[in-house]
Amino acid sequence: MAEAVKNPRPLSPHLQIYSPMLTMMMSIVHRITGAALYFGTLLVAWWLIAASSSPNAYATFQGFVGSLVGCLILFGYTWALIHHMLGGIRHLAWDLGYGFGPAEREWLARATLFGSIVLTLLLWIVGYLMMGGQR
Amino acid sequence: MSMRTPLGRVRGLGSAKSGTEDFWWQRLTAVALVPLSIAVIVIGMGLLGRNHAAAVQILGSPLVAIVMLLFIVTSAYHMKLGMQVIIEDYVHGESAKLTLLIANIFFSIAVAAAAVYAVLKLSFGVV
Repeated sequence: MAEAVKNPRPLSPHLQIYSPMLTMMMSIVHRITGAALYFGTLLVAWWLIAASSSPNAYATFQGFVGSLVGCLILFGYTWALIHHMLGGIRHLAWDLGYGFGPAEREWLARATLFGSIVLTLLLWIVGYLMMGGQR
Repeated sequence: MSMRTPLGRVRGLGSAKSGTEDFWWQRLTAVALVPLSIAVIVIGMGLLGRNHAAAVQILGSPLVAIVMLLFIVTSAYHMKLGMQVIIEDYVHGESAKLTLLIANIFFSIAVAAAAVYAVLKLSFGVV
């Protein structure tokens, strides 16, 4: 009977069989942003460790975050965090059984994408103004 | 070759009565991380343009430090669970999978420990 298990079983169609849809893309992006945030925690840890170490260490951190590369990484981190958060709220609604309808899930996907971009830009504009428009 | 049927061989190896634990904790930490992440964004923006002394004072104040600690521990557990799902989905070789699953736990705990240590050091005024 053991060979019954070894027989290759028919597989369900995989990703390449489907044409890309917004909800599917958002699912993939949710996972990618999650993985990005995983490594982004290194930035948070650096921030806290630098603050707890010395003024020099903190200046080094501030120098990096203020640089072009640092700004891009921080901007990406901000967007990933907000996008993953909004996507997560969407998933929590789904877990409770809401928002599965064809129109609803499309609307939710658009709202997540639009909301994350608008909120990220808004935060950075506020941040820029708080810095006195220096950078 | 065993004479036992596939069903017979898996009997008794089934549900440990805790199969949904990871699912539940992923959701629980997700719910907690919504307000915590917003709070950390506010704290981070509050430090914009401030020098080291101000950063130490703000990060070491009780409310901010407690929020930071909750954020660190909750997000470390959340990201450990999330990365574990990614590894289990894409890595099928047993040895590679085991190595990555272990590395995932080590990384999550190490980052959390370093960040927690930093916040405690700031809070207890050792800086």
